[in-house]
Order: sequence, then C-alpha cells, then structure tokens
Amino acid sequence: MKAGYGFKRVQGPLDYGSRTWLKVLFVAIFFVLYAPIVTLIAFSFNTDKRGIVWRGFTLDNYVKAWNNESLIEALTNSLVIALIATVIATILGALVALMLWRFRFPFKAGYEGFIALPIVIPEICMAVALLLFFVNSGMMAFFVDMPWPLNLGNIIIAHVTFCFPFVAVVVRSRLVGFNRQLEEASKDLGASEWQTFWSIIVPYMKPGLIAGALLAFTLSLDDFVITFFTSGPETVTFPVKVYSLVRRGVSPEINAASTVLIVITVVATVIAMKLQAPSKADKG
Amino acid sequence: MSDAIVSIRNVTKAFPGGVTAVDNVSLDIAQNEFFALLGPSGCGKTTLLRMISGLEMPSSGQIIIGGEDMAFTPPNKRPTNMVFQSYAVFPHMTVEQNIAYGLKVTGVPPDEIRRRVGEALEMVKLTALATRKPDQMSGGQRQRVALARALVKRPKVLLLDEPLSALDAKLRDDMRLELTRLQETVGITFIIVTHDQDEALSMASRIAVMDRGSVQQVATPAELYEHPRSRFVADFIGKVNLIDARVHRQIGRKVDCEAKGLGRMELASDTLVGAQVAIAIRPEKLKIALSEPAAAIRIHGKVRDVAYYGDSSHVVVEAADGLMLSVNVQNETRRGGAGVERGQPVWVHWAPEDSIVLSE
Repeated sequence: MKAGYGFKRVQGPLDYGSRTWLKVLFVAIFFVLYAPIVTLIAFSFNTDKRGIVWRGFTLDNYVKAWNNESLIEALTNSLVIALIATVIATILGALVALMLWRFRFPFKAGYEGFIALPIVIPEICMAVALLLFFVNSGMMAFFVDMPWPLNLGNIIIAHVTFCFPFVAVVVRSRLVGFNRQLEEASKDLGASEWQTFWSIIVPYMKPGLIAGALLAFTLSLDDFVITFFTSGPETVTFPVKVYSLVRRGVSPEINAASTVLIVITVVATVIAMKLQAPSKADKG
Repeated sequence: MSDAIVSIRNVTKAFPGGVTAVDNVSLDIAQNEFFALLGPSGCGKTTLLRMISGLEMPSSGQIIIGGEDMAFTPPNKRPTNMVFQSYAVFPHMTVEQNIAYGLKVTGVPPDEIRRRVGEALEMVKLTALATRKPDQMSGGQRQRVALARALVKRPKVLLLDEPLSALDAKLRDDMRLELTRLQETVGITFIIVTHDQDEALSMASRIAVMDRGSVQQVATPAELYEHPRSRFVADFIGKVNLIDARVHRQIGRKVDCEAKGLGRMELASDTLVGAQVAIAIRPEKLKIALSEPAAAIRIHGKVRDVAYYGDSSHVVVEAADGLMLSVNVQNETRRGGAGVERGQPVWVHWAPEDSIVLSE
C-alpha cells in the first residue's frame, strides 16, 4: 500500500502509546521487573513445602512465619531499629535542611555536597567504614553486651548515618518554595522567632518531614549490607535473617514474611510520594 | 510636628554591596493620615516602609512611632502591622485562624479573640467564608484576610505594601474605595506604598514622592499636581508638557523668560536671572483654536496625532522648532471628538497662570 491519505491514523508527536512495538516493550519491561515479586507473593500462599511447584492456596505460611520465634525476633529488631533511626534521622535531617536554607556561612556549597555523600557513596564502602569505626572506637564491644534494645545501638547509629541525608534533601527541596513574607508576616503580627518557627515554618515543612521520615523508614527497614557489617554476632535483623534462611533453602515462610515487608514498604512509599506532591496553595 | 504618629529623622539605609536604598529621609506623618509613599520601582519606598515595620533596620537615623524611638524594638513589639504585597496569608490556616493568629501569639484571652475576630470578619465582609482555607479564595478575598489580620491587632499605624498591584482593574477600583472607607471607620493612620500615581492621588490625604532614595516633595494630591516643585514630580504625577526656557529678567515676583519656540513671556516665579528652567504645563490646560486667539501665550503648529479615548481625545501638536505639545481635549459633545484632524494647522494657547516654572 502506498503511503496515502485516510488509510492510516496520523500519529501525534506524543502518541507513543499507540505504537505496537512500544506496547510490547512496555509489557516486557514490566514483566521482567515485577515477575519475581509477583511470584514471591504468589508462592507465599502455596501449600507446597519446598515452594517450587504450585499445589494449592493456603494461609498456613503466614501462621508459620508468625510462630517462628527467631523470624519474629528479627522482624521486631528491624522495626525497632527503623523506628528509632527514623526519628533521629528526621530531626537531624530537618535541622540540616533548615540550616542550609536559612543561613549563609563559609563553604556552604561544599557542606551541601558533603551532606549528599552518603547517598552516592557505595553502600559496601560505608559498611566497611562504619565497621572499622565501631571496632576501633570500642563502640562495637560497648554496645554488644548491652541489654535489648540498647544492643542495637551501633546499627541504629549506622542507619541514621545513611538515612538523614535523604531527609535533609527532601525537606530542603520543600523549603525552597517557602514564601519568606509568611515568616515576616508572623513576626509583624507579634509572634516571636520561636512561635514563628513552630506555627508557620514547621507546618510548612510537614509534608517534607513525613515524606523524608517514610523514606528513612523504608531505607532502614530493608537495609542489608550496612546492617550485616555493623551488627554484633547475636543481633539479627529481618533482611539478615532472611538471607541466612535462604542459604538453607527457600521456604514459603520466608515468602510470607517478605510479602508482609513488601506491603509495609509499598504503603510507606505511596504515602511518601503523595505527601511530596506539591500542592498549589503553598505560596500563600 | 509634635502630633506626628510616625516621625522619620534623617534615615539612611545602605545595603551591603554599596546600594543606598534610602538616603537621608525625614518625614512626619500625622495621626489619622492616609499617607502614600509614591515613586518608581527601586526608589526606596518599600525599604522605608519595611524600616517603619521593623523588618529592616536603618543604617543611620531615627524612627519614632507614637513618641517612642524604635531603634531597638523588633517588628513583633512595634505598634505597626503590615499588609504584604503577596498578602502572605498563612496557607495552612483557615480565614479565622489567620485573623486570630496575631492575637493568639500575644496571649489575648480566647473570649476576646473570638469577639474581635468576629468583628474583623464583619468589617471586611468575610463572615461567610470564616472556615475557608486560602487556596479556596480569590486574590481579592485573600487580601481582605490580610487586611483583617492586620487591623484586628489595632495597630497605631497600618502599613500597606502595594496592596492593589496584584488585583485586576475592576477589583482595584472597588478596593480603593474600600480602603478609604476602612481608614475613615477605624481611624488608624495608613501608610501605603505604591508606584501607581492614580492610586496615590485618589486615596491619600498626603503623598511623599520619592526618587532614588530621597523624598522629592511631600504635599496633598492637588498641590502635587498643580504645584510640583521639580521636573521629576511634574513628570511623575500625571502628564505634563515640559518646555526648556531661560530667565532674562526679574520683575517683582515674576520672571521674564524666553522659551524655545514660544518667545518671551512673564510667569510667576522667583528663579534667578540666567537660570535654565523648564516651563511645565498640563495637557488639559492647553486649548486648541483654529484661528489665531487673543491669548498671551499662543503658538502655531500642526496636528501630528489624534488619539481618541472616548471621554477625551489626546492631540499632539508639533509647533515651530520641533516643539511637541500634548493637548487633552474633553469630548463634551457627541460631534466628532476633538474636532481636528491629522495635518491640520492649529493654534495652541493657554493662560500664563496655568504654567509652572521649574528650576530643577
């Protein structure tokens, strides 16, 4: 057929979605990305003990996982570490963001770059560096013999170290849109510096704080490398536990526990993204 | 002036980097005045306003509000409140909470807050929108919130930074009347910053015209318009024809001067002999005649351009020596506007007492 008029629908410049080969590629990419996760979730409902062939639907694996004491202990450890690290990282990150937004000081640009370093540095390097630091400073030995949850101290410190820059970046980008006249208006209306901070600036930062906190929470929850290096011999977190179990063969219990973790992470991320979306009314 | 509510004495503001925004300004603003700071952008008017509010500190000089030197008083302790150009309405608070904010942070009892917020809402006619958030409101409504929020504090002086610049033309006219009405009801001194001469002329009881950091003239609107003291003021307030002239002789309180293309004329002024001056004349004070008039000051020329504005027509006449004169003709009848056409030879004349001799 000759290229003619009226035979083929003319494609607009942004009509990528209507091209067949693009649709195929799209589906293929999604398959490669999500098939393993979907399989993992599906097999968490499998009745087969070895977890290789689909035999039937059950919730037993969730019950078994719940009853597996060491798995639950690891999960508790992970959640406690994530919660404490998130709180500290959020406060620290928010303070860094405020300082970078509010003040001018020498080497500010350098400092700003330095803050982002833990984000770009390879995790294994951070892990080794932290391990060396903990061992040489005696902190490793100090924390390991402490009662629970203090024995998680070095892991929490390590998690704060790599989480707070993420919070700082998120909160900082939120603050860029702040209308300084709001702050001036608050002072003009009789509020002190402190009142202005709590009733005007903090509410403005709130979406950034929540988004940053959730980001820190998910990062901490599923961290393996740094945790593996900085934990004492007795402390086990969920990802580390899963790793040790997998080495002895995949059991559907792990699938079930992992599914729970995926759900927690996905929900947290969705909330974080929702809150980070800029609202139109921010300029006052 | 002893009854001045705001007294600005030799105030200078120099910013790091060598910019002097305000240069040795002295002003006295009386109780209950509607005072306007008028000038082109960058003339220092907003900086002066911010120094009155305390958001900016003067480099030197004194600001006295209600008899007290404000040198060490931060903005939150001053008896002034400001309506910001961007309104700066708190986005996370409702209208009510916005208005109550200034009372809450200073520890006013809740009962009184409720009463005063109610009154303020009524004053700006926002009672029905009390629980709205700012993002559900129009620009005009947000501005009312900003006004109510400042007025509910019962300041001695209300500062308004370009309050009408972000509104559309129709709303601006309404708000202008509203502000004048408010000022009369609450009896608070208003200081408004604007670059719009119409705004200043129509609202203010007194105007300070500023240029490049200093005050050029402080006067009532009519005085500024009819008796400007400098070329800048004459040119900035309304339209004006400026004709270069030279003073030849002094006769009592008059001068005999010679203007380009106009010849010799006697005008009231006390300028020195030999001085280069400008004769200023407003377009609406010029008259057009088709035959030679008997007036003392008259000039022959040709119509270069006619612009029709409905209520009036703007005629540009080119006279001898390339002198261009703008004439504003009121279209008092329905017959064909100004009654002149492009290219038509005409006479332009005016009464000597309508022109002003400006030496600066």
